Amino acid sequence: MNSCVSVFRREMYSYFASPLAYIFIVIFLMLSAGFAFYMGGLYERGQADLLPFFSFHPWLYLFLVPAIAMRLWAEERKSGTIELLLTLPVTTTQAVLGKFFASWAFVGLALLLTFPIWLTVNYLGDPDNGVIVASYLGSWLMAGAFLAVGSAISATTNNQVIAFILTVVVCFILVVAGFPLVQGAFRSWAPNVVLDAVSSLSFLTHYLAISRGVLDLRDIFFFVLVIITWLIATVLIINMKKAD
Amino acid sequence: MIEISNLSKDFSGFRAVDDISFSVSPGEVLGFLGPNGAGKSTTMKMIAGFIKPTSGKVRVMGKNVRLRPIATRKQIGYLPEGAPLYSDMTPPDFLQFVGRMRGLGKKQRGDAIADAMQKLELASVAHKRIEELSKGFKRRVGIAQAILHDPAVLILDEPTDGLDPNQKHQVRQLIKNLSTDKIVILSTHILEEVSTVCNRAVVIANGKLLADNSPSELQAQSRYHQAVTVQFPQDVDIANVKNLLETLPSVGVAEVAHDQPRRITAVAEQSVENRNRVHEEVAGLLGMQGWNNASVYVETGRLDDVFMDITGGQRS
Repeated sequence: MNSCVSVFRREMYSYFASPLAYIFIVIFLMLSAGFAFYMGGLYERGQADLLPFFSFHPWLYLFLVPAIAMRLWAEERKSGTIELLLTLPVTTTQAVLGKFFASWAFVGLALLLTFPIWLTVNYLGDPDNGVIVASYLGSWLMAGAFLAVGSAISATTNNQVIAFILTVVVCFILVVAGFPLVQGAFRSWAPNVVLDAVSSLSFLTHYLAISRGVLDLRDIFFFVLVIITWLIATVLIINMKKAD
Repeated sequence: MIEISNLSKDFSGFRAVDDISFSVSPGEVLGFLGPNGAGKSTTMKMIAGFIKPTSGKVRVMGKNVRLRPIATRKQIGYLPEGAPLYSDMTPPDFLQFVGRMRGLGKKQRGDAIADAMQKLELASVAHKRIEELSKGFKRRVGIAQAILHDPAVLILDEPTDGLDPNQKHQVRQLIKNLSTDKIVILSTHILEEVSTVCNRAVVIANGKLLADNSPSELQAQSRYHQAVTVQFPQDVDIANVKNLLETLPSVGVAEVAHDQPRRITAVAEQSVENRNRVHEEVAGLLGMQGWNNASVYVETGRLDDVFMDITGGQRS
């Protein structure tokens, strides 16, 4: 547990030791507000809710979160520090968790810093704050799922660019799994059971359900399960392929 | 106590370490010698618990590294090859991280860090990030990290690589001071380091253990062991000296130093049992010829020579 916390702290240290954290937060805040106001028409809609704000998060995460996730393990491999880290008295699982939670907390911080938009709608009208809290939670869970995917992919390579591109592609497929783009690839040959299974993997379906304010435990459980699965994959990949 | 038994490691069809067995007791400083790619680093990685052996096992203080990875790692301080470090941290922050991972309490950690920083003279770079440091400083931060928790076992993969001669001397001194009750395993390319720091030398090449002796025993295997070097203060007819030396019964060949026409080394005949005779006979010859002003010294043996013999001509 202690080692897990130490890994967490070191990761946080390194986010803020470089301009990375500040650039990420500034860009995230600018883009999320920009999308909400200009593309989502948050103001023009005349409704006091944050739907236009949250509906762009999957697409925003698609490019920003892999940028955080790509360095999780690829950088350790590149610099050789993976050998230093994993010969300290820490299990691979503790190291994977420490790093994952640091990145997740970091994205959570960026998300929290969007609070002025919440203040804005509360100033302009009388939104359903319960729905907004649920949406924040859903958005954060989805970010965690993106990060867990990125963590596993980052563990396979020592090249951050490769990790980034592969993570974007895999996350894109997972986001749109319920859409014709992916479904079409299966429709012609796969039985309906497979179609439904693939479609139920869609991040977007579960995320939209949560952000509508319908806090179904199954949607929350879905993201938690995705996170756990990909983190287990990360541990297995690192244990199988340590020296590179 | 470290016991290594029948240790082997395959990397996709290529055998990096081939059935190595040896054990190391407290107080021993074991120098790992071998050409590049001999399997030194791979063996050290397996002792440190980073990679798993294909077969065989490593026991550290009675515990199997594979079955008790956390317990054994706690006993070990490890400097990986190339001294990888978190380069975005300053040395004290980095040592804080390692100290926390090692489970040192706040006070204990502070003392350990101050002590390590002082031993490796890191105070002057305490405010710089590791990425800005020179190679020598980085290596010293790596060593500081390894000794931080005062481990019973120290595994150092090329600890003096990249250091200047003064720093090399300091690090060797540090290792010597540490080692009275510890197990130290270090790999090196520098043969003189083995004779100054280690009390045991293990030579491996192509993954196989080829020699396991004390450095002086290794030196004794050199053809230069007990050879006698004569240095003349004035110009002499060195060809004549060579002929005279080679007529001595115990001397096989006399070699003129290529950079020094006034220096010549008389190497014992291979069949000669008692190599002390070379010195007696050379001294006798010099007296007879009236070359009393020449300085004479007996060689202990050249390690690089032995090394090349053992590893089949591959230089370290």
